[in-house]
Amino acid sequence: MQWETVIGLEIHAQLSTKTKIFSGASTAYGAKPNTQACAVDLGLPGVLPVLNQEVVRMAVKFGMAIEAEIADYSVFARKNYFYPDLPKGYQISQMDHPIVGIGHLDIEVGDQTKRIGVTRAHLEEDAGKSLHESFHGSTGIDLNRAGTPLLEIVSEPDMRSAKEAVAYMRKIHELVQYLEISDGNMQEGSFRCDVNISLRPKGQTEYGTRAELKNINSFKFVEKAIFTEVERQKEILEAGGSITQETRLYDADKDETRSMRSKEEANDYRYFPDPDLLPVYISSELRAQVKAELPELPEAKKQRFLNEYKLEAEAANNLASSRPLADYFEALVKTSGCTAKTCSNWVSVELSGALNKKNLSITQSPISAERLAQLLQRIADNTISGKIAKQVFEAMWSNNDSADTIIETKGLKQITDSGAIEAIIDKIIADNQGQVEQYLSGKDKVFGFFVGQTMKASQGKANPAEVNKILKEKLKR
Amino acid sequence: MSLTTDDVNKIAYLARLGINAKDTASYTENLSDMLKLVEQMSSIDTDNVTPMAHPLDTIQRLRPDKIIEDNQRDHFQSIAPQTEEGLYLVPKVLD
Repeated sequence: MQWETVIGLEIHAQLSTKTKIFSGASTAYGAKPNTQACAVDLGLPGVLPVLNQEVVRMAVKFGMAIEAEIADYSVFARKNYFYPDLPKGYQISQMDHPIVGIGHLDIEVGDQTKRIGVTRAHLEEDAGKSLHESFHGSTGIDLNRAGTPLLEIVSEPDMRSAKEAVAYMRKIHELVQYLEISDGNMQEGSFRCDVNISLRPKGQTEYGTRAELKNINSFKFVEKAIFTEVERQKEILEAGGSITQETRLYDADKDETRSMRSKEEANDYRYFPDPDLLPVYISSELRAQVKAELPELPEAKKQRFLNEYKLEAEAANNLASSRPLADYFEALVKTSGCTAKTCSNWVSVELSGALNKKNLSITQSPISAERLAQLLQRIADNTISGKIAKQVFEAMWSNNDSADTIIETKGLKQITDSGAIEAIIDKIIADNQGQVEQYLSGKDKVFGFFVGQTMKASQGKANPAEVNKILKEKLKR
Repeated sequence: MSLTTDDVNKIAYLARLGINAKDTASYTENLSDMLKLVEQMSSIDTDNVTPMAHPLDTIQRLRPDKIIEDNQRDHFQSIAPQTEEGLYLVPKVLD
């Protein structure tokens, strides 16, 4: 039997506010346990949650970016369950009236574009952290994370493969960072995802029973978890069995998914509107304000890079995938005097390569766009060749000197003086009469040998175009 | 709609309430009466009435995104039964 995989994602993006969703405590990552958990976050009696206006603005911004309906009124609800890192006994979330309604996002898989529906996006608070190790049989609770604002983005079951699911997740990841509403840091848990998976016989319209894989925080694990879960379900279905609707955990070490039975009974959350919070109203003023702040989105930027700079699709895609990377590239184009293609190569190849090696992001680059622009200016005005520029780039990486200083102190200036180049070439021709005869007898390939020798003798500093020209003339004689 | 004693036991478990078995019958009756009252209200035609999310007819006030809370960990932990290395300790929970 041929099976079709049906996947929907619930993505949790932590909003990058300074304070929590319902209290004025800091959300900074990495503080000592419980030093950023105030009375509201601890759920002490008598406190009242007050909504952070920045959280509302960010959710509206996201809604606009996916062309979604934004609710005039949205309502917070209590989701009730007991767990020690949830001190109130309920999580404040949204149920019937989420802030962001139906929207969509286009993904690329291969050279196909596919539209994925977004069912809704709602605001909620995060829970604290449980530490299970080494407290003499007790569990330690850190409530610094309790009350951190989250935007939960729920997709339609529109994805049909692990590839599509990862492409969609990457697109959302890219978008929230573009909008500057989340730092998207997956190691710190700022961006994580639940995956709903079911199988159905190809051609059938009804969905099969689904399993939910909880809390996956890397693209690689999402892909692997889907492969593993699809295999598990396929085996059960082909043996004539049926899938149980349940929450499962993906164990990356064992590459298997397993049931979280303890979650089953608790799945009755008894949602009801939170009496501590009034309906949230989105005014037309706020809508207009957010709309005006909306940056150029990744897809529009990519199209502009294709049209304005005539980049290849892959380069445009790569550069437009991150806003700081795109800004860096455009700064180079404006100030370096080099072609957009040269700038694109330097950013995508030299710079990105060096950053990846050190595991740095573009914003942590030791070479700023201004410094790199000066280096590229020296290629554009023929002071150095592209090859020598790579040497200068390496030197710039490890100290703060400008490209000009490095070229000067290391004596890397290109030799464009044809007299100097002629002298080198004369000597090489005199020393290699055998090769000269081969060349004259029609072996054109030997020409490369002469170019190589000349560049070597000049320590790479001779202008290659000049070398070619002079060599051709001299060898003719 | 009437509840069964099993329903009542489940509701009590979800709310983590320890109820006395001899009281279950009276709880079942009381809760069923409440549901009947709701049923009675449901029979009223509300097609042209906009549902309220809150009895106060006003909107949520928002606060600026500004840190106003200090670290009061020691103060809060002075009433906690058990703490260690800044953490609140609770009986072991594992999934």
